[in-house]
Amino acid sequence: MSDEKRKPTPEEKAKAAAEARAEAEAVRKLREHEAAGEASSADAKGAEAAADSSEQAAETPAPPSKPVSEMTPEEKAAAKAAAAAKAKAAAAAKVKAVQGGDGAGAAEEAPKAPSKNQPFLDKYVFRITEAFGADTLEASYINELAKDVPTLVVKKERWLEVAPFLKEDEQLGFDYLSDLHGVDYEDRMEVYYHFYSYKNRQSVAIKVKTDREQPTVPSVMDIWHGADWNEREAFDLLGIHFPGHRDMRRILLPDDWVGFPLRKDYVQYDEEV
Amino acid sequence: MELDLTKIAPELQEELNRNVMFTTLGTVKGWVRSNSLWPLTFGLACCAIEMMGTGGARYDLDRFGVIFRASPRQSDVMIVAGTVTKKMAPLLRRLYDQMPEPKWVIAMGSCATAGGPYVRSYSVVKGVDQIVPVDVYIPGCPPNPAALIYGINKLQDKIRYEAKTGRQVTSL
Repeated sequence: MSDEKRKPTPEEKAKAAAEARAEAEAVRKLREHEAAGEASSADAKGAEAAADSSEQAAETPAPPSKPVSEMTPEEKAAAKAAAAAKAKAAAAAKVKAVQGGDGAGAAEEAPKAPSKNQPFLDKYVFRITEAFGADTLEASYINELAKDVPTLVVKKERWLEVAPFLKEDEQLGFDYLSDLHGVDYEDRMEVYYHFYSYKNRQSVAIKVKTDREQPTVPSVMDIWHGADWNEREAFDLLGIHFPGHRDMRRILLPDDWVGFPLRKDYVQYDEEV
Repeated sequence: MELDLTKIAPELQEELNRNVMFTTLGTVKGWVRSNSLWPLTFGLACCAIEMMGTGGARYDLDRFGVIFRASPRQSDVMIVAGTVTKKMAPLLRRLYDQMPEPKWVIAMGSCATAGGPYVRSYSVVKGVDQIVPVDVYIPGCPPNPAALIYGINKLQDKIRYEAKTGRQVTSL
């Protein structure tokens, strides 16, 4: 199909909308006349409008289908009867449009196909459980909100064993730390890592949960040196400690700052002036 | 030697009329100070881009005697152009203290005036007037070059008025 049909120009859209309105108007008039027992003139009018719009309706099913869906069953039946009797082409187009809408609805209800990253997730889980046992991971899932990235939740006590494995294992090979940040969930703290493997062209996200009162997560600075400043930032703004980091001090705020401003319970001394 | 003003040759009199004028010392002081305002470049955020544009060829701050200096020791006025964070505030105060008297401060834009859109932020100073005394506030986010020039003109008015009358301006 040509681009024109998939993307109607504004003029075409306006024309189709105007014709759809005319059709709805005709149907309304038709109903009134039917009630009064004199349908002849309105039928002709309705047929004219419907025939006019049939071509547009076939091209752009959306505008005509909307008025149809908004009608009551009686209205729908009346409209369909009138159209079938007077302009078969218009009726066919309308039915087509309605069917098209129904088809889209059915597709939404169908069970979702597994993510294309599911095999990678399965592979990572298999490699890690094979090497460290089943109690290493708390959870593993595809994060649909973040481009379907395979996400693993690693237990804090096992993190320092898993981290070098992630980097050095042949099949994982996550040699690049692209992101590291902390999150305050009010009942816990989390550190989120995003790794990329340049060898395998694959990425993985790791979450490590920690206690909120004394948040500590082992540092991965010696494995991925880029973690240095990111861990300092997480410490600066959320107060998460990273034992093993060799230069754990504030990075953005002044050294004499009190408190951790990105914590949910942080209270500013000068909220507003 | 006695100077007889009635016996001056006409051509000499004409020369004198062209070259001698009488005024008060205060007016001269105001004239001199207000027409050689050398600002310390204190660009901190997007307002600095407008300030640079004002200093460029199109708006040409040089024609008012405003010439940017990169040292507080040679500056008369500090144009605080941008967001002042709490980390920056002590440095700003130190640079202000290093400027020789007489000195003035222009708070350019809503951030320097009152914190602007960052007024609820934990890291931003809610107006540079909490750190240094401000003479002119220029609203805008950011103020355009015309607004900055207007603010500088206001500061010049203030300097002339204060030099002439010896009184402080509260509103002019």
